[in-house]
Amino acid sequence: MKPHESRGLEVFSLDPWAWFDKPEDDSQGFGVSIIQSSPLEALHLRLGARMVPFAGWNMPVQYSSIMDEHGSVRSGVGIFDISHMGQFFVTGLGAMAWLNRMLTNNVAKLAVGEGQYSILLNEKGGVIDDLIVYRNGEDSFFLVVNASMIDEDFFWMAKHQPDDVELRNESSLWAGLAVQGPEAVAAFARVCPGVSLPPRNGIASFVVDGVTLLVCRTGYTGEDGFEFFSPAADGERWFEAFVAEGAKPCGLGARDSLRLEMGYPLNGSDLSPERTPIEAGLGFFVDLDKGDFIGREVLARQKSEGPALKLVALEYTEKGAPPRSHYPVCDAGGEVVGELSSGILSPSLGKGIGMAYLPAALAKIGTQLTVDVRGRNFPARVVKKPFYKPAAQKA
Amino acid sequence: MNVPQNLRYNTSHEWVLLEGDTATVGITDHAQEELTDVVFVELPPVGKSVDVGDPTAVVESVKAASDIYAPVSGEVVEVNPAVEADPSLVNTDPYGKGWIFKLQLKDAGQLGDLMDAAGYQAMIG
Repeated sequence: MKPHESRGLEVFSLDPWAWFDKPEDDSQGFGVSIIQSSPLEALHLRLGARMVPFAGWNMPVQYSSIMDEHGSVRSGVGIFDISHMGQFFVTGLGAMAWLNRMLTNNVAKLAVGEGQYSILLNEKGGVIDDLIVYRNGEDSFFLVVNASMIDEDFFWMAKHQPDDVELRNESSLWAGLAVQGPEAVAAFARVCPGVSLPPRNGIASFVVDGVTLLVCRTGYTGEDGFEFFSPAADGERWFEAFVAEGAKPCGLGARDSLRLEMGYPLNGSDLSPERTPIEAGLGFFVDLDKGDFIGREVLARQKSEGPALKLVALEYTEKGAPPRSHYPVCDAGGEVVGELSSGILSPSLGKGIGMAYLPAALAKIGTQLTVDVRGRNFPARVVKKPFYKPAAQKA
Repeated sequence: MNVPQNLRYNTSHEWVLLEGDTATVGITDHAQEELTDVVFVELPPVGKSVDVGDPTAVVESVKAASDIYAPVSGEVVEVNPAVEADPSLVNTDPYGKGWIFKLQLKDAGQLGDLMDAAGYQAMIG
């Protein structure tokens, strides 16, 4: 048994032999060969996690099994170490105006304590990174960015930084935990009695034993829950506190399957510097009327003319081999029209789901397609996102 | 880790049970534990001739597809429809109901290239 060679192995394949030959992750092309460790690494090892290199970090891909962890988040509560993600602070009188020139969404719409999903673009309108920006003061903002993009985001932002704005990269100072699932809020109430969670997409800070903590009502699973940021050295203690209140440790494997069931894009797979948010179906997070921002011109043109390519969600219509990224997607005539940017056998739905950039004519809901898995074509059709409707959104 | 005495093993974690000139093939307990959550098994067509080392079946977990190699040369004479219907049998009963295919042996001498239980146990540590 060996990993299937040419296709299908995801960035963080959990197959131990897949990583044996390439212990160094240099997928970002920075020539960086040093793997960084989460401040929670010792705890992960004690908990029996299987560790893999991901985005330059040695992170748990799973503890028990992906199916098991996935199910816990859908029906109970799970906890993820997200310490690899980046934390930037933007402050100063010009902070809001500058962020509005750097990001697609309208920061001016945020009241203090609110957050929004937003996108950092290059001059061509392509995606550098997707992130969440919170307003934690009148002239103070907190950004959570993807692990693999911390350096690139920071250099890009610093390059465009005006004199009246301070930009700080505090990524190495913070531990991050994502506590997700229908029982996440109850677990928080037991770990932090007397502290109120902010409303959906909100941020709050509070102090325990003289230490300031940040909690954000967001996540990457579709379930109710929160992301919790503490000083790096305290991360282990908080992780254990949530586990003691019933949160099941979950790895990057379940994080990926949960986000894909919601149709949430993963930068590097579903988003790239060559694709715009309009093509990715993220137009809701682009405000073309707020004034100029980097990449705006390209997006405005695409929006008025209609993009040539669209990121579509597709679902198998019968049983079949698991779809995976880079598998070819064919139209009803059998012609290859694109490839999957992400794909998985959905643990919640028990069927193949995936996303692919396809010609706009094929993006209509119900369009018949096939996915080519090792030469066998499995029928699929274009569906509306999300693939799976979590309990929190059914209500 | 369960490593039955009556089987032979190769370095890529397949096991072989020899009965007459028929070799039943599956993946080891160690392999299924490393994979976790087998969600799909792709079986070879009956009648297919394979050489030792040929990718012959595919076992897929949530995150990865893994080739299953022929541990010996031969012709596929039977496949296990039960693992197609319920792939988790590869996890729950890797040496029993989770078998994958049977080969009619072409060269019995190739069995000598495989490890016995002690050899395989030493390899996986």
